[in-house]
Amino acid sequence: MRHGNRRLDVVLILGAVALTLLPWYRIENGFFGLGWLAGFPLSTEAAPGLVQIFAHGRLWLAGALVLLLLAVAVRGIADPMRRGAVLASTGALGVLFLSLQGLAVSFDGWTWAISQTLFGPLSDGQPSMGAGAVLSAVSFVLLFAFGLAERGVMKGDAFVVSAISLLVFLVAVFVFYPIGSMFVGSVQDFDGSFNADNFIRNMQDPSIWSLNCVIGAGRCGVAWRTLWLAIMTGLGSTLLGLAFALVATRTRFPFKKGLRLLTILPIITPPFVIGLALTLLFGRAGVVTQGLSDLFGIEPGRWLYGLSGIWIAQVLSFTPISFLVLIGVVEGVSPSMEEASTTLRADRWRTFWRVSLPLMKPGLANAFLIGFIESMADFGNPLVLGGSHGVLSTEIFFAVVGSQNDPSRAAVLAMVLLAFTLSAFLSQRVWLSGKNFATVTGKGDSGSHIALPRGLSIGVHAVVIPWILFTLVIYGMILIGGFVKTWGLDNSLTLDHYAKAFSISFDNGIAWTGVAWNSFWTTIEIALISAPLTAVVGLLTAYIIVRQKFAGKNAFEFALMMSFAIPGTVIGVSYIMAFNLPPLEMTGSALILIACFVFRNMPVGVRGGIAAMSQLDKSLDEASLTLRANSFRTIRKVILPLLRPAITAALVYSFVRAITSISAVIFLVSAEYNMATSYIVGLVENGEYGVAIAYSSMLIVVMITVIAGFQLLVGERRLRRENRVAGLATSASSRQEKIA
Amino acid sequence: MINQKAGSVVFQNVRKTFGAFTAIPDLSLTIEPGTLVTLLGPSGCGKTTTLRMLAGLEHPTEGKILIGGKDVTMLPANERDVSMVFQSYALFPHMTSLENVAYGLESSGLSRKDARRRAEEGLALVGLAGMGQRLPAELSGGQQQRVAVARALVLEPQVLLLDEPLSNLDARLRRRVRTEIRELQQRLGFTAVYVTHDQDEALAVSDRIIVMKDGQIAQSGAPRELYEAPASSFIADFMGEANVIPCDVVGIDGAEAEIRIGGFRHRVPAGRAKPGAASLAVRPGAVSLSEGRGEGLAGRILHSAYLGDHVEYEVETEVGTLFIVDHAVDRILPAASDATLGFRSRGIALISA
Repeated sequence: MRHGNRRLDVVLILGAVALTLLPWYRIENGFFGLGWLAGFPLSTEAAPGLVQIFAHGRLWLAGALVLLLLAVAVRGIADPMRRGAVLASTGALGVLFLSLQGLAVSFDGWTWAISQTLFGPLSDGQPSMGAGAVLSAVSFVLLFAFGLAERGVMKGDAFVVSAISLLVFLVAVFVFYPIGSMFVGSVQDFDGSFNADNFIRNMQDPSIWSLNCVIGAGRCGVAWRTLWLAIMTGLGSTLLGLAFALVATRTRFPFKKGLRLLTILPIITPPFVIGLALTLLFGRAGVVTQGLSDLFGIEPGRWLYGLSGIWIAQVLSFTPISFLVLIGVVEGVSPSMEEASTTLRADRWRTFWRVSLPLMKPGLANAFLIGFIESMADFGNPLVLGGSHGVLSTEIFFAVVGSQNDPSRAAVLAMVLLAFTLSAFLSQRVWLSGKNFATVTGKGDSGSHIALPRGLSIGVHAVVIPWILFTLVIYGMILIGGFVKTWGLDNSLTLDHYAKAFSISFDNGIAWTGVAWNSFWTTIEIALISAPLTAVVGLLTAYIIVRQKFAGKNAFEFALMMSFAIPGTVIGVSYIMAFNLPPLEMTGSALILIACFVFRNMPVGVRGGIAAMSQLDKSLDEASLTLRANSFRTIRKVILPLLRPAITAALVYSFVRAITSISAVIFLVSAEYNMATSYIVGLVENGEYGVAIAYSSMLIVVMITVIAGFQLLVGERRLRRENRVAGLATSASSRQEKIA
Repeated sequence: MINQKAGSVVFQNVRKTFGAFTAIPDLSLTIEPGTLVTLLGPSGCGKTTTLRMLAGLEHPTEGKILIGGKDVTMLPANERDVSMVFQSYALFPHMTSLENVAYGLESSGLSRKDARRRAEEGLALVGLAGMGQRLPAELSGGQQQRVAVARALVLEPQVLLLDEPLSNLDARLRRRVRTEIRELQQRLGFTAVYVTHDQDEALAVSDRIIVMKDGQIAQSGAPRELYEAPASSFIADFMGEANVIPCDVVGIDGAEAEIRIGGFRHRVPAGRAKPGAASLAVRPGAVSLSEGRGEGLAGRILHSAYLGDHVEYEVETEVGTLFIVDHAVDRILPAASDATLGFRSRGIALISA
């Protein structure tokens, strides 16, 4: 109880600070600029909640004050059940009240007509929430959690209840609120009133749904084209991935270690770079196109700019991902099954077709769906290669930023895209769950995989080797491309592009004169801020999912994982629709970029954390608890040290993803906070391929350095035992080494 | 030196459900301070759930748990005055054995220096002085087990909980370590609750054994009581093997009862038996076997197996097939031969059902 009082006091003080010492509303010039101190506490802009209520006529804010005073009043109740009940309901009401008042009262009065008729018109509205309001919401969430903990929820563990409550609150604000606002926004007029005309018009737009390419002349709608592309990409990358996985595990291919390196490529390659390199090869001024035209007089065509080009780029980009997935699947087929089959007088063909392949089926389906979702969500390659024949993700972009400026159309397109990816995600979860035959058991499964049938072996080599060469050429183009003056016209070597992007002048101290520096430093800064946040949120979530049991846990996990299936473009659109106006206004700030990265990359941290944590025996936590440690100490002293590889992986991954992602970012950047990727895309649009390629290869080099540096820095845990808790990137490779 | 303060344990009408599954319907028990009590039972009988509720790792759905007279029902594990030795030992693999033992002391708020000093004492207590700097992976299974015991003991808990502490050791080591644990418990006088599914282990270490079945107490008592006077055929079969055969109690004569098994009459300790139909638990070693037909229960050998110091037989009789262990290894009765069975005075008990 004493302990319960101390933490309660801290939160009550936080709540009081939120109402009395911090500006309630958003400060236009930035809270951290501290310019608001001049007008504090009496000016309308900088006044804290208490002053806003009594001096500036924002009487509705009194609700927060009353609820906080109620929480202070019940502090003295001795019975934990009763006190918990009051605290929990106060907290819940507080959060509910703050969100409702934020949504209901906008800049110039009521948002909704119904509240106007109920409460009468308001003389004055309110700006967006600021530090005070946010802190107040957080303290209400904590009050709610402490109340539940006192009532014995989660075995009375306040830390766990608070963590769950805060996570749910954050995911609601940063994932579901934006998606919801996008839905609402699509049926709203500019003045906010309900108007479904635009929605219906866009929903029935033939440019989305037309089936002309099947029934007659003309092109199909963008929805069908995207679907077709995604299916083809899924198939292509799965088949290639399988071929790679078979070569890597079932043949005597001499460069298996090199094959492994392939799996790192998609992580460090900004998504549009492959498309860019393809244009250098096969574009109208590309090396291959020009060569063919010179040698055989083949007319340079524009075939690359369209679905076929996007398809090649996507298969190149996503094959490594499916390779990574399928290595595990192929290795997971127990050798004893295959040996059993051969002792039952089946030859290698029959064993492969009747035993190995059927056992891999669920894994193959999984790889296909991953390729499908990735293709749907891909934005960089279609942007570079799509030209006017875009896919859904680029159409969404042009609906927002282009001359159309039709947010309703963007919302409708985003919904269509979301429907596709979510159904793929759902089928992955529902249909494939529990169908995994290829599990590696803890028992030593001795025996070795049988070799592939001869014909198949030749076949997969014939696919894999040219594809590896192709990939090498592509990456070669990226590295060389930055040193060539003008592709196709003047192929002489130059350092101009690098100089333009990354020049430094030492005339008056150091001056970063290159055009790229500005966006480069912003990118690094934002990536550095968001990476640890992502790791914390992701691993905490993993801890809760793996180690705690609570009602609604499955729904919680499902909702989190679902946010992974939301394409970046959809996130981008929904963020600008949600965070452009009160109650939360973040567009144009660094904050929105950070929030976007944290909640977009978090599921990866969650997955890695879950994988690593489920290998940690639960009795370790329990031992720590029976040794008088609370759950916070348990996490800090036992779980975190044992999860170091997973933490590294989460940190590196979220850092790298923050640098390479483009789809959501391109909607959220501003003049002040421009990111490397969106800057490069801008260069491509201006035709400055040389600088764009130079900048891209610089990013790749930076990321390789960072990954290698992290590996060296963190090193191994000091357990003299096999790496039981392998992280994201290392798990597959370490397992492979055992087999090899 | 480590001073133990032995506490009692009381369960009052404890009920525990997991969703729709009821693990413990209604459990009440009392454990005297300073005793070693074993919870014994087949897997799924609720013994581990009972232990985990005592540790605070599970909370009862209904009922009360008292430790040392204090109600701890809703207290989380880290605020209870008990500590536990885990089946897997659960030693923290990234800490040395000394750090492992000091962990709980530091969690309880001791300074680093004091915690280390006490941890060294704890390691010395289990015979691992000087091994403090080793990582768990550098210790043998038996040593790891002792570190786990030391880690739990240094906290001077009112009750020490042991969850199948020997199951990860090989058979030889198991016998030695169980003697050590028992000796330590008697020397320091702490209360211990010991969970196991191995009845030999339970018989060897306990002051009292509580046999559980389906979340309920099937029987509880001193080891000898349970073995020699099982209350049910379940106990008889679980506490060492037993043939359970039907019999009739013909008459009771003071402490002895006369019974009829098929056409054969015999006298056994009466216990609580009443005249009428009853069951008889017969240990495999309590049957004497002679060749051919004679005075006694007629039987016919179905199988025999030579096992070095004894021979195992399956013998068909009019009351069913009996499993018999015979130590007369110089003479092995062949299958399909006739035999006559007699009963020794020990190893036979009347049970009510």
